Amino acid sequence: MQTQPTIDYALHLADSALILGQRNGEWCAHGPILEQDIAITNITLDLIGQSRLFYQYAAACMNESGTAEATEDTLAYLRTERSFKNLLMCELPNGDWAQTVLRQFFFSQFQLLLLEQLQHAGNEQYAAIAAKSIKETQYHVKWSSEWVIRLGDGTAESHEKMENAVNALWMYTGEFFIAADYEAVDVAALKNKWMEAVTAIFEEATLSMPENTFMQTGGKTGTHTEHLGYILSELQYLQRTYPGAEW
Amino acid sequence: MHIQIRKFYYGDIPEENTGGATPINHSTEQGWPLWEVFIRSKQGLDHKHVGSLHAADAAMAIENARDVYTRRQEGVSIWVVESKFVHASDPADAESLYEPAADKIYRHPTFYDLPDAVKHM
Amino acid sequence: MELYDLEKKFQEKIEKEIKIEPRDWMPDAYRKTNLRQISQHAHSEIVGMLPEGNWISRAPSLKRKAILIAKVQDEAGHGLYLYSAAETLGTSREQMIDDLHSGKAKYSSIFNYPTLTWADMGAVGWLVDGAAILNQVMLCRTSYGPYARAMVRICKEESFHQRQGFESLLVMSQGTEAQRAMCQDAINRWWWPSLMMFGPKDSESTNSDQSMKWKIKRKTNDELRQQFVDMIAEQIKLLGMTLPDPDLRWNEERKHYDFGEINWTEFWNVVKGNGPCNKQRLEARNKAHEEGAWVRAAALAYAEKKRVRTTAKVA
Repeated sequence: MQTQPTIDYALHLADSALILGQRNGEWCAHGPILEQDIAITNITLDLIGQSRLFYQYAAACMNESGTAEATEDTLAYLRTERSFKNLLMCELPNGDWAQTVLRQFFFSQFQLLLLEQLQHAGNEQYAAIAAKSIKETQYHVKWSSEWVIRLGDGTAESHEKMENAVNALWMYTGEFFIAADYEAVDVAALKNKWMEAVTAIFEEATLSMPENTFMQTGGKTGTHTEHLGYILSELQYLQRTYPGAEW
Repeated sequence: MHIQIRKFYYGDIPEENTGGATPINHSTEQGWPLWEVFIRSKQGLDHKHVGSLHAADAAMAIENARDVYTRRQEGVSIWVVESKFVHASDPADAESLYEPAADKIYRHPTFYDLPDAVKHM
Repeated sequence: MELYDLEKKFQEKIEKEIKIEPRDWMPDAYRKTNLRQISQHAHSEIVGMLPEGNWISRAPSLKRKAILIAKVQDEAGHGLYLYSAAETLGTSREQMIDDLHSGKAKYSSIFNYPTLTWADMGAVGWLVDGAAILNQVMLCRTSYGPYARAMVRICKEESFHQRQGFESLLVMSQGTEAQRAMCQDAINRWWWPSLMMFGPKDSESTNSDQSMKWKIKRKTNDELRQQFVDMIAEQIKLLGMTLPDPDLRWNEERKHYDFGEINWTEFWNVVKGNGPCNKQRLEARNKAHEEGAWVRAAALAYAEKKRVRTTAKVA
């Protein structure tokens, strides 16, 4: 039988993937060019797929321990703002294309390192989900880092927008590496590798690394930005309006 | 030739009798180049032309091809080539290029009549 | 060769079911008709992403969300295949998109109707995609090679669209009272616009239909519409819902369903730009395109920088 930390951790991983997927999904039909509309939508589908695997695992653990009758949908659709455990980064508005690709890069680069560790965290279910997700995430890193470089080293305008995005998002990266008590992976230990990867890409993108700034935290333990409430009210609207209905 | 087409179907609406939007200035934007995409559907088979797409450079063209043309596991390998580098034979030459092969039927195994007793040939 | 001979040879090819390819000689009017039709078809796919994209954030389950996203993404792909097919006729995608945004080029009027409830996702899949598929299956045999090939690919991918729409309505029709009402309401609103997708009645058209002669088209509006009505009138029984047409009934003599008169005033109004969402749809497309301009420019600028650097390294 799995313990509460295992369930919370699965929810944390699921929530991050779902909320970022929900945000990226807003681009569908509104992308800068058809080919990239399709590309980011592939990432959206990967993220939603990952969230389902983690929710299903959390639900299985919960049902096994008899704490609640749960399914992937009750977990995604019937939990409230304060019980969502996603990273703050994932709930931030899309902004422009620069902000979206940078958010993806920060997140995916972190997720890749995390999934690599999750394969060896001594939990078969996690290992299986991680093994599948890693392949997807490697592509997300490639796609997003190439866009960071392209925009950073593109035109003066795109460079400026990229710098703005860095300034807007950097303060949400600190949370990645501060462990919540349920985490099965030592996230603090991932920081150096993540910084190395980001530094290398930023160098190629001719972007400057931000100085030490204040870091926002709270997502992992349910203290979110104001954005999350709006996301959930859209996401959960039908399930809330028609309780118990099958779709 | 004077042609008037009155009929229309899904995706074939006459330009007349329409209106609605306010015209904007035409952009002079230079678009991303066009690329031809070739996909190997599984190991052991040739790459086959599947279509085209736009991309800023070759690396992006391969990724776009992956995202656009292999969403349903259609491939295991991708080639892209910028469309402007494809050279093609002239359709006007088709007769002189391809018809002379038509009467060389002795190039085909079925041209040869052998007794049934000959096996494995 | 004289123009007359070229035209004669061209028509002979058409008669013999030999596809026309981009570099082949073709009459100007054939080129124009194809270009107009393929680009309108492409625009329809792209604008068609909007009414469905509208519900992605609110899909009622994770499974439905994934299905809807995949479907809207397919439409982007279909638009892309069609723009590519149209580009073989010598017009750039930028030009076609400009024509869409300026209001010069058209797209299917069906997408100027709003998607008001979740049940509309099912109704659009079942009715709108169902109507589109009948056209598209026919177009797989169209005479212009690149268009026919694009349609084959599209039909292969589209086959799940109508099925998922029907299945989604089926689940709702077996659900709560509120879900059944939502389902019936969506069918009521989408039925007539779906019939309009096939265009005016054959009797409203002149006899000189060049598109049929060139085998760009192979069935008339009324033939396709009848085929659609016959199909849907049977399928709706499985949903336990009704179609909003008191005149709909089986005609034993014709072996077809009879159905009521379409509101042609509404039809022409929507075509002319007065549909509920014409303005909103074009604004959304314009906005996405304009806000993407700096992104596209940056990618080109970067590609050029990289090319120069690589050349410098080699030299």
